[in-house]
Amino acid sequence: MDISKDILLEIYDRMVTTRFFSERINEFFIKGIMHGTTHLSVGEEASGVASCMALDKGDYTTSTHRGHSHAIGRGMEVIKIMAELFGKVTGCSKGKGGSMHLADFDKGHLGSNGVVGGGFAIATGAALTQKMKDTGKIVLCFFGDGASNEGSFHESLNMASVWKLPVIFFCENNLYGVSTPVSKSMNIKDVAVRAKSYGIPSYIIDGNDAVEVYKTTREAAKYCRSGQGPVIIEAKTYRYLGHSKSDECEYRCAEEVNRWKKKDPIIIFKNYLIENNIANQIEIKRIEDKALKEIDLAVEFAKNSPNPPLNALTEDVYA
Amino acid sequence: MKEMTYSEAIRLAMTEEMRKDENIFIIGEDIGIYGGTFGVTKGMIDEFGEERIKDAPISEAAIVGAAAGAAVTGMRPIVELPFLDFITIGMDALVNQAAKMRYMFGGNEKVPMVVRLPGGSGTGAAAQHSQNLEAWFCHVPGLKVVAPSTPNDAKGLLKSSIRDDNPVVFIESKLLYNTTGMVEEDPEFTIPLGKADIKLEGSDISLITYGRMLKKALIVAKELAKENIYIEVIDLRTLAPLDKDTIIQSVKKTGRAIIVHEAVKTGGFGGEIVATIAESDAFDFLKAPIIRIAGVDIPIPHNKELEKAAVPSEKDIKAGIYRLLNK
Repeated sequence: MDISKDILLEIYDRMVTTRFFSERINEFFIKGIMHGTTHLSVGEEASGVASCMALDKGDYTTSTHRGHSHAIGRGMEVIKIMAELFGKVTGCSKGKGGSMHLADFDKGHLGSNGVVGGGFAIATGAALTQKMKDTGKIVLCFFGDGASNEGSFHESLNMASVWKLPVIFFCENNLYGVSTPVSKSMNIKDVAVRAKSYGIPSYIIDGNDAVEVYKTTREAAKYCRSGQGPVIIEAKTYRYLGHSKSDECEYRCAEEVNRWKKKDPIIIFKNYLIENNIANQIEIKRIEDKALKEIDLAVEFAKNSPNPPLNALTEDVYA
Repeated sequence: MKEMTYSEAIRLAMTEEMRKDENIFIIGEDIGIYGGTFGVTKGMIDEFGEERIKDAPISEAAIVGAAAGAAVTGMRPIVELPFLDFITIGMDALVNQAAKMRYMFGGNEKVPMVVRLPGGSGTGAAAQHSQNLEAWFCHVPGLKVVAPSTPNDAKGLLKSSIRDDNPVVFIESKLLYNTTGMVEEDPEFTIPLGKADIKLEGSDISLITYGRMLKKALIVAKELAKENIYIEVIDLRTLAPLDKDTIIQSVKKTGRAIIVHEAVKTGGFGGEIVATIAESDAFDFLKAPIIRIAGVDIPIPHNKELEKAAVPSEKDIKAGIYRLLNK
């Protein structure tokens, strides 16, 4: 499968945008100038972005509490995401959702979710719509290793498989559910083996390899689109930072973190682009500079945006 | 108008709406050939097929969640659960997802879905198949809560619920399924959500109720009219949004209020009605403390006599009214 230069560079663009975005948000929380909480995807940019890029226009996604990479991956406007985290009225959810509730229904992004496992059934229902209306579109449902121990995982995968619904259940396995390692929360090493219980195919991939993520997602999407039912993709990856803003990471050692940093998804992908003559250093630098500038502009936009008016408090509870 | 059962009226409402709008489908357990736990969807699969009368695995979390996912992508699902009690398994989907999606995503989305729940005791099925949990749902902004008491109300309110762009919890009292009444046949007939109905006018006491207790309230009211006690019976029909105005106006007229519901008393919706009256200018018209006649604070027992004793009887209602009148 050949991937066009445009797509590869766009994946790189969105990956570095996610990295810079996350680092900037982390900085704001350390400085104490951002309200609420956040779950950052630093280290998981390939799995989050390249998978979204493998989808077609009109396809849907559901996301998790760690969803910035998915929002950026789906092409949501960075200024609106930043403004949302600042709680501003110009945010994608008008300042009422924050870090865990980013959505853009027009772009097919049905939203990130504050409840672990909350997206499985929503994705299943969105896929049911595609099947009933015969749209040819599919749904990609992000989830983490920890979410696969929720009851909604089993219920939804069972339902999606028996109805042959077009969903890719995309696991970003970052080895920990908050502080608990996978080894202490399940009796198996790979989430993907659970696919067998539902009679559906699965893939286990290097989640830090953007090209592998993209290609596998394309292949799985093709399978789903052909009406054969759902698929599990398990992308092995790692988060460099804590579970959320208040995590000291006492449950894992520095050596482990450093080992994963040697497999950094952005560096791996950058080397791939250069070694395969897809982009040179200058082009790479241009993308990175553009991404940084975009973040700067987004911060400026967010800071200068107004808070929601107080009368917005009771708006939009009901349609 | 045509005479039919509560169950037939619900089926007719769904059938009429499904004929008009192909985005509507029903999802639930054993609702196809089997016709649903209480036979409400019986025969619908013949007209609409298994794609739109969708038998789901026994997976309430996935059923309610999938309905939310379908609703935000262009469908208008109707969920039927076998028993109201089983919504506990689907509560994340209902409370954290469906009810929140509009607000937390900045008002950009609509979640048009109905969750039909057969509630209440009286069938001997005991503690896990007999509850009235409407107060839970009313405590969640973003949900609408409907509890019809007559076949005609069931039809008109269900049609409005299906046409509503919000998640609506539609509570059907299972002991009412076989009760009959005259029902509007016009397919365009609807009853707006949020409007209470004064089922009987009276001047002495406002009796506020909903669901299965309406019948008992009307029997008591008719009996007491012989003693020259005139009770105004208000059927709330919709609990959220609540028609506060009708309650307040009635209490201002009568000066006395009694609330009757089948659900257990503590934390029950009756407390909300009491507060509604107490916080309004109707308070100044009260001639006596407000009384609640409600279910006993226990899980529903299996034994027939115990089960009966767990919910308000006509005698309980009458005793409450005498108490209100110092008789």
